[in-house]
Amino acid sequence: MLSIRQNLDADALPDFRNLGVVARVLILVNGLSAACALLDASSWAAAFDAIARNAALVEPPLIATLLALYVVAPWLLRLPYLAGCALVAAIALSFLWTMHAAYGENAGGGLQRALGIAAALTLAVLAYLRLHRRAHSPALAEARLQALQARIRPHFLFNSLNAVLALIRRDPRRAERTLEDLSDLFRALMSDGRSLVRLADEIALIERYAAIEQLRLGDRLRVSWELDDAPVDALLPPLLLQPLLENAIYHGVEPGTGTGDVLVRIERRDARVVARIENPFHESRPGHVGNRMALENIRERLMLFFDAEARLESSVEAGRYRVEIEIPYRVSGAGASP
Amino acid sequence: MLPVYLADDEEPARARLKELLADVSGEVATRVVGESANGLELIERLPASGARVLLLDIQMPGISGLEVARHLAALEVPPAIIFVTAHDRHAVEAFELNALDYLMKPVRGERLAAALKKAQAAEPAEGERFARASRASREYFSVAERNRITLIPVGDVVYLKAELKYVTLRTRAGEHLIEEPLVAIEKEFAGRFIRVHRNCLVARERIRGFERGKSGAGGEDEEMQWNVVLEGVDERLPVSRRQWSTVKAAVPEAKA
Repeated sequence: MLSIRQNLDADALPDFRNLGVVARVLILVNGLSAACALLDASSWAAAFDAIARNAALVEPPLIATLLALYVVAPWLLRLPYLAGCALVAAIALSFLWTMHAAYGENAGGGLQRALGIAAALTLAVLAYLRLHRRAHSPALAEARLQALQARIRPHFLFNSLNAVLALIRRDPRRAERTLEDLSDLFRALMSDGRSLVRLADEIALIERYAAIEQLRLGDRLRVSWELDDAPVDALLPPLLLQPLLENAIYHGVEPGTGTGDVLVRIERRDARVVARIENPFHESRPGHVGNRMALENIRERLMLFFDAEARLESSVEAGRYRVEIEIPYRVSGAGASP
Repeated sequence: MLPVYLADDEEPARARLKELLADVSGEVATRVVGESANGLELIERLPASGARVLLLDIQMPGISGLEVARHLAALEVPPAIIFVTAHDRHAVEAFELNALDYLMKPVRGERLAAALKKAQAAEPAEGERFARASRASREYFSVAERNRITLIPVGDVVYLKAELKYVTLRTRAGEHLIEEPLVAIEKEFAGRFIRVHRNCLVARERIRGFERGKSGAGGEDEEMQWNVVLEGVDERLPVSRRQWSTVKAAVPEAKA
């Protein structure tokens, strides 16, 4: 019930340490300031002059405000919404005041007018951020996340069951272990994809998945794991890596008759977690569209969880297909919920 | 005892089929005369194995089960083919359209026994039906002799020329005769081969250029015409007046 109540109570300030939020504020304020300059000017040349003049007035307090918000962001999130808004406005206006005093004669107008404009801008930005948050409200995001939830290929399920059937008489213990692996995999697939999981759990899951594929494909599949530098306490969306490994095997190993080498490397680079998966590249596989769809799917899930702070890239180099995901390294849930 | 051949790229899947064949031996007695993990090896070994029935996986590396079936159909005594597939929506659709026999993985013993009995009794299917069931174009052309199938990768073909009843298929290494209409080949590999003459298709990527020359057999009133220069063969093939503009437009990078 708690989660439903939270969904209805959607008004909250965004995380001012999030790159996406900062970028939106910058674009919005500068856009509005440029629009005002255009409205005021009589010719294009005058408009450019006005835009430059406005920027000189707007930029210093804007950037100072964003820096201050960056510093107080964690504390700001704990305040009630309206108190938070008041604090944001107070920060913005106080910086403007300081700038206005420092500019003296060059400030271009009275203090009251400047304060009025700044207050209006601050409110406009806050209203926009509130609207944006509503549009991407947890309820909507949850629905989208569930639709995007990774789905395993039926091809894999039936082939795996078939492989287990083949084991039951020959090697009952291995059959049991494989069914346990399959159960874990499907438990993860059927759980809701909203909460973040620990990297250690995701790694355990893809190792189980790889064990099942190993049983089916035998010598044809060789997975190298480079996980020594993996930050196992990092949080990430569930089933982020499994579909990538599944793609690597489906497109990179199954179409080949020889041994297919798959590389899984997860490491921490400062405040980022970087996961890379490589596999042999096969040109003419008709299912390649499916791969692009799976990547788009993951890209969208990353966007919902991390906004502009996550990255997904794929490339082909020297006969190897490579996917790399980069997400912020986080160990607590702060700012990570959609 | 019915001789059966197994083709599946996954070892556990082949092991499972062998178990099931043993389980149903009371109903249909069989013996396994061979097994393969990929289509190329299968085509090489099956003809000499004496198999009457082939249990064939669709999703195999290199060459798909449907294409394998198409090449095997040209044998003098082709085996009856029972497809075995995991969930593959497209394959299932194709089967339903063409009413071929197929089993879904995991396979049940009684279904396998029924399919074996049916296959024993049935007439072998024609290659044409597999061609219709397959959506993708082939990776290979095939020439079937009495007990052997030679595969020629489509990428090796330089040109195809129709002569009387046969089509001559020319590669850098040699010539083969196949019995397929040029029109069907042109349609199947849309864009890969260009028609330069009423009786001739050439591989687009083998075209090196064009040159002026006398046409064919000579004679006093012989006109000058365009010939196409191909990579890998010394022959020059005439481009007909009718096809010239189409050919020129399709190969803009080639030098005239």
